[in-house]
Amino acid sequence: MITQNAPALIPVLYLVAAMIIPMVDYFRSGLSYFIALLASISIFGISLMGLQEVITNGPISYHLAGWMPPLGIELVMDSLSAFICVIISASALLVMIYSRTNLVQELPDKTMGFYGLSMLFMGGLAGIALTGDFFNLFVFLEISALASYGLMAIGVKRAPVSAFRYLVLGTAGAIFYLMGVVFIFISTGTLNMADVSNILPHVEYVRPVIAGLVLIILGIIIKMGIFPIHHWLPDAYTDASSTASALIAPIGTKVAAYVLIRVLTIYEFPPLLDILSWIAALSIVAGSVLAIAQPNIKRMLAYSSIANIGYITLGITLANPLAFIGALLHILNHSMMKLVMFMSSGGIYNNMGTLNMARMRGFPLVMPFTALAFIVAVMSMVGIPPTSGFFSKLYLILGAVEAGAWVFVGAILLSTLLGLVYLFRFINIAFFRPYEKYDDRMIIQGESRKLGLNDEDKDAGPKIYETMPRNEMSISMLLPVLIVAVGIILVGVFNGVLIDKVISLAVPDF
Amino acid sequence: MLEIIEGYYAYFFLMLLFVIGLYAMMMKRNLMKKIMGMSMIQSAAILFWILSAFKEGATVPILDRAISLDNPDLYLNPLPHTLMLTAIVVAVVTLGVSIALAVAIYQNYNTLDERELLARMEEEK
Repeated sequence: MITQNAPALIPVLYLVAAMIIPMVDYFRSGLSYFIALLASISIFGISLMGLQEVITNGPISYHLAGWMPPLGIELVMDSLSAFICVIISASALLVMIYSRTNLVQELPDKTMGFYGLSMLFMGGLAGIALTGDFFNLFVFLEISALASYGLMAIGVKRAPVSAFRYLVLGTAGAIFYLMGVVFIFISTGTLNMADVSNILPHVEYVRPVIAGLVLIILGIIIKMGIFPIHHWLPDAYTDASSTASALIAPIGTKVAAYVLIRVLTIYEFPPLLDILSWIAALSIVAGSVLAIAQPNIKRMLAYSSIANIGYITLGITLANPLAFIGALLHILNHSMMKLVMFMSSGGIYNNMGTLNMARMRGFPLVMPFTALAFIVAVMSMVGIPPTSGFFSKLYLILGAVEAGAWVFVGAILLSTLLGLVYLFRFINIAFFRPYEKYDDRMIIQGESRKLGLNDEDKDAGPKIYETMPRNEMSISMLLPVLIVAVGIILVGVFNGVLIDKVISLAVPDF
Repeated sequence: MLEIIEGYYAYFFLMLLFVIGLYAMMMKRNLMKKIMGMSMIQSAAILFWILSAFKEGATVPILDRAISLDNPDLYLNPLPHTLMLTAIVVAVVTLGVSIALAVAIYQNYNTLDERELLARMEEEK
């Protein structure tokens, strides 16, 4: 019963939770957390049941309001969308657990708005993953985008500016997508994805179809934040609150990559794939290079997101099964890495009071468990064997070799080396240099001069080595970080099982 | 040349609207003008959909007793119109959110001019 209705239940429950939260919170504040948590837990359960059902019995199709697919809107849960749904709902659940203490510290009187918007955001993403209709996808795309503008605008003083920039670009992306869909609609007369992919090979006049595809893909790559159009992404991730960036960063852009998979599988047009794979390779290298120069840890992670979305796009556009498996595995892996990293950087911001990497010396002494989880994520990001990051990169490289694209093999390897540079720069500062009180003073010198507090600097004698007091994240923040860190290793060890049972079912025929 | 323009002038008009909107979004320094540009490209996309439903000599998709039921060619395609109702709602919501953000920006920085805004953000650092 539940499994057959899973495609509708998942987005609808999120949207219902988004509506209930403001109503209940009006009468009793503080309840919104529990509603959000309850919704996330139940949806995670439903997604798992749906995935189980899809693996054993094949895709589930849900016809909204009982209208048959080519006429009505269809929600489809096949193995690909079930896989994405599990990732979305799992990371939503983990971030909801994490948000409790973090929100009290960062946005004490805005919890209701935050939970309402985050549920709306998740509903939009789940809808994108499950819908089988092009126009419905546009609506869900805008729901999730509008909610994310709101989430990103709650933060530091300059957060509304970053959110506004994202809004301008994101709306342009959505409109490009809408313009593209009208070309497809004119050529085929239908909006149902399965129907479109049946009709498109028989369309005689292909020029509008190609124009439509180009417009759709242009819209999606704006949402993905891939290299030439990435400017909104670092600002938006950096200025949002820690919980919001932990919620948006792991899955926001991945779902756009999922839409790219859907669009590219409905119609074969090789030149587009070639251009996209070059853009992806450019994005891999440029994201890694730009990440090296960033002093702010969240900004560095945002640039590394740009590089990693490049890996996923490359895997999709190389169009062979190995690379595709790599791309899907990397969607999972990168979500997990970014969850750990953004959640721990939120903890660092709360407990050490800074996002500047130069001032994070002694991080493992202050927060030993977080540091352990963080180093697992770093190992996965670089690709050291027991962790899962190694395997997705391995599949991507094998796919590139099979396609004979040696340039892309080089790009992946180069980016891995650059990843080593920017991540181990942080590791070097945080782990291997003791915390010096003197350093702190050197760095804030500029500020103290402005404030006229020069007196302390004069008697700065020899370097004072001092350990900061141990100040671990609270248990509700630490628990999701550790769960994901264990998950990274488990996915790495059991990646063969995961690929055989789930991912290989989602690979389309090439 | 003239025939092309004559036959497709609606498309040319919409393309112009779209490009002007994009220009305003990218080049104008005032945030309100950016929002106006955004609204323009949304209108262009919506009108493009409506245009896709148009048929020469067809009537509105409401049952007309004078037209026999076996000839649906004489009715316009109603689907784009209904879809665009949703798209208009989305456009209005986007407009609302963007104006709310502009208000928040104005409260924080006391300006809506982008150059001025960047200067004040630099100062703050």
